[in-house]
Amino acid sequence: MLLYSDTPSSPNGRIHEVSHKFACLARDHENLKEMAFDIDKAVVKQNGDLKNRTNHGGKAVVNGISNGYVKTGFVPKVKPVHKESKESFEEAPMLTAILTYISYAFLVIIGHFKDILRRLGVDKSDVAKEKGNEGFVPLYCDFESFYTRNLYRYVRDCVNRPICSTPGAWFDVMERVSPDNNLHLNITGKSSRCINLGSYNYLGFAENSGPCAEAAQRALIKYGAGVGGTRQELGNLDIHLELEKLVAEFVGQEAAMVFGMGFATNALNIPTLLEKGCLIISDEMNHASLILGCRLSGASVTKFKHNNMDSLELKLRQAILNGQPRTHRPWKKILIIVEGIYSMEGSIANLPEMIRLKKKYKSYLYLDEAHSIGALGPNGRGVVDYFGLDPRDVDIMMGTFTKSFGAAGGYIAGSKALIEHLKSRSHSACYATSMPAPVAQQIITSMQCIMGLDGTNTGRQRLKQLAWNTRYLRRRLHEMGFILYGNDDSPVVPLLMYIPAKIIVFGRECLKRNIGVVVVGFPATSIIEGRSRICISAAHTKEMLDKALDVIKEVDEILDVRYSSLPIEKRTALTEKDLEELSPIETHCP
Amino acid sequence: MNFLGMLGKKTIEDAAVKAIKKYGVGSCGPRGFYGTVDIHLELEDRLAKYMKTEEAILYAYGFSTIASAIPAYSKRGDVIFCDAGVCFSIQMGVLASRSNVKFFKHNDMEDLERLLMEQAEEDKRNPKKAKVTRRFLVIEGLYINYGDIAPLKKMIELKYKYKVRIFLDETISFGVLGAHGKGITEYFDIPIEEVDMISSSMENSLASIGGFCCGTTFVIDHQRLAGLGYCFSASLPPLLASAAIESLNLMEANPEMFAELIRKCHIVHDLLLSLPHLQVVGVPESPVKHIRLIESKSTKEDQIALESIVSQALDKNVAITCARYLPEEKFCPPPSIRITVSTEISDEDYKVAIDVIKEAANTVLTEVS
Repeated sequence: MLLYSDTPSSPNGRIHEVSHKFACLARDHENLKEMAFDIDKAVVKQNGDLKNRTNHGGKAVVNGISNGYVKTGFVPKVKPVHKESKESFEEAPMLTAILTYISYAFLVIIGHFKDILRRLGVDKSDVAKEKGNEGFVPLYCDFESFYTRNLYRYVRDCVNRPICSTPGAWFDVMERVSPDNNLHLNITGKSSRCINLGSYNYLGFAENSGPCAEAAQRALIKYGAGVGGTRQELGNLDIHLELEKLVAEFVGQEAAMVFGMGFATNALNIPTLLEKGCLIISDEMNHASLILGCRLSGASVTKFKHNNMDSLELKLRQAILNGQPRTHRPWKKILIIVEGIYSMEGSIANLPEMIRLKKKYKSYLYLDEAHSIGALGPNGRGVVDYFGLDPRDVDIMMGTFTKSFGAAGGYIAGSKALIEHLKSRSHSACYATSMPAPVAQQIITSMQCIMGLDGTNTGRQRLKQLAWNTRYLRRRLHEMGFILYGNDDSPVVPLLMYIPAKIIVFGRECLKRNIGVVVVGFPATSIIEGRSRICISAAHTKEMLDKALDVIKEVDEILDVRYSSLPIEKRTALTEKDLEELSPIETHCP
Repeated sequence: MNFLGMLGKKTIEDAAVKAIKKYGVGSCGPRGFYGTVDIHLELEDRLAKYMKTEEAILYAYGFSTIASAIPAYSKRGDVIFCDAGVCFSIQMGVLASRSNVKFFKHNDMEDLERLLMEQAEEDKRNPKKAKVTRRFLVIEGLYINYGDIAPLKKMIELKYKYKVRIFLDETISFGVLGAHGKGITEYFDIPIEEVDMISSSMENSLASIGGFCCGTTFVIDHQRLAGLGYCFSASLPPLLASAAIESLNLMEANPEMFAELIRKCHIVHDLLLSLPHLQVVGVPESPVKHIRLIESKSTKEDQIALESIVSQALDKNVAITCARYLPEEKFCPPPSIRITVSTEISDEDYKVAIDVIKEAANTVLTEVS
């Protein structure tokens, strides 16, 4: 059952603009309303109907039961009338797939050949060898380092590119040359000014001047750079408490807690919440930090197909029916872990359906909004805002501040009881240093800007600009004929190229023409889906995007990667009318 | 944990403010995707030169440094010999590696040798498996939970005898031990190549945030692809990296601060010995000292007694803290108050502070007993 938002309470009571998709659902709401059941008749009421929402009155919402659901009621699976699908994962054409496999096989054969030459002493290349430690078991098994020696070495100039300026919309990429075929990369000292399509800078807060930077400088002078202690022992600053209150208000939860590093937030807090005897159902494309956290917790883990609700439901049913592996006792807790936007796929989690399933099967939901917080939704509050859901339906909301707020660190938000538990038992609170003060101040200032609390409407402008940029770029790339993955509203745009040679040439040629892109291949993605990932920012203007598109078109003349065979109406849900609705903002805060 | 008094130094703050003016606050990306700023490369270079190793690698968070470094090398089927008194991040690291972990009693060389001999016998029984099983020894230079120093010389002997690689964690001994603050290898005068990898945190002596590992290129370069906290996490904000560079500058320019720190540690140690009903745990050179009750009853009662001492001291403007542990710790140390020594606090201030603690201890513990 899809939920929508058209009248969340905004400070001055105005109904703010609905997005295109919601407009068409609002039309269908009349139908849905008739299908909602009345609680008096002991059947289910429509979940979270905003118009008739009851105030929870500060009571803890346990799995959404006080949201109007009757415990044993059945939940009608209402399929909303979608105008068109917003997510697409078009498959590669057969010839390209075959060529990709052949490319990798070829590379592996050449790699083995070179290894043989090295062993015979013919090839005297300067690969690092271990000095001393004779008689010890080799540190790396042969297969592990095969990839590094033979495949990764040739693409090293496309990754780890150093920059020497703010990672804003324009940045300076430092030039590197290699005398020995990428074994050593030496910095020449020169740099080129490029358009930044690689950094996670969704709202454009990566700035070195302006209110955020100045506030951070003041905080630095007041508190110092480091902190010198953990949260539980003298590392707890008043700025942390202020930040936590602000974060809780921003995401719409009761309380929040912040940590010094986003990766560590997941890896250190999932073990605090779960233990052996619990079950984790995680999406197969989850981030490494979530996987590490699940492993450290000791709970059992199953995966469901990426964003596939039928697969999730099947796993839930199996878990409840079968119980724990040998004893068949019921699981202590079942936790579904998903991300808001998947950074490699560009897809957005199907949250409404997940909440419906979570309530039906009485499990908990952990939402990792590393990329979606600040980037999605009319108010920038993430996936929950995008779908217009009640934030209290999600039990644990996690996010990071690196992407949309231009800082570092992570947070977890949830009910007061949860946060109290984390404050006393989290590994991070007890052993790991807390967030440094200037970083915390940057987050406070940028969050206040997004919420409009600083008195300007820069936040609103940035959100609008990001939404427009996303739609514009995706629409134009679709028109050109590239295969893009993911949701039409996600600012993460994976551009599929499949064949490894083409991916590398794309990276190099774009840099020559002053566009900085990110290219990824195996093993970060599956073997045939090598891609280039573009991250859109609110700091990009229409001219910059047009320049980038021209360059991509030019490079495509060499590479020929326009594989899409679908007609444009099937490829994207965006129409010209959508682009007109939100015209780009010509002058916005740099 | 501000041992060298770097927190609050003007030059460091100026350097960090300059960095904000140039780079902004965040780095907006992992190291692989335009998150590498030239300041990171400079800091790695400086650290490698300072520690006289070939290469160094930077992490964005002290906790995740060793917790990502160990699983990058040690996988399922390998064997790790770990000291029982290691801190929590190392315990997480060995847990994440899924290797066979054997804990030996804290700083007990006989126990370690016994475990190594058992392993050697098992290897004889199964030589094929032994050829592919890597063996690691994970220790800390200065133990944060106990305040004592690892006997590194004996461990190097055992390393060559039983063919184990040593991973040394110098979270608190970096910038503290040794004539130039280079850590336990300088303290014992051991060439740094004997240790396979040294990992440390910049959050204590360097008063910044983050951590680093240093060693030979052969060892460290592997982490650039296999270290989870390096590849999948945003890089260190440039302002903290420039603060660390400035701290390093200060450390290189004023080597007398290390001798000063050791002198203060001795003084504080002597003062603490005079506390009634409390014993000091830790060697005199350690800047981290634990105070435990001499006659301990139960963990809970001890904890309550110590906490009341802490709160009484806080009323008189002396900030100390109880060492915090979680129940998940494998070998939880007994409750204690942790005192850290800093070069910034003068000798007289220490006398005053310890008098306050003495008073508080007297009031609380004479009530209890």
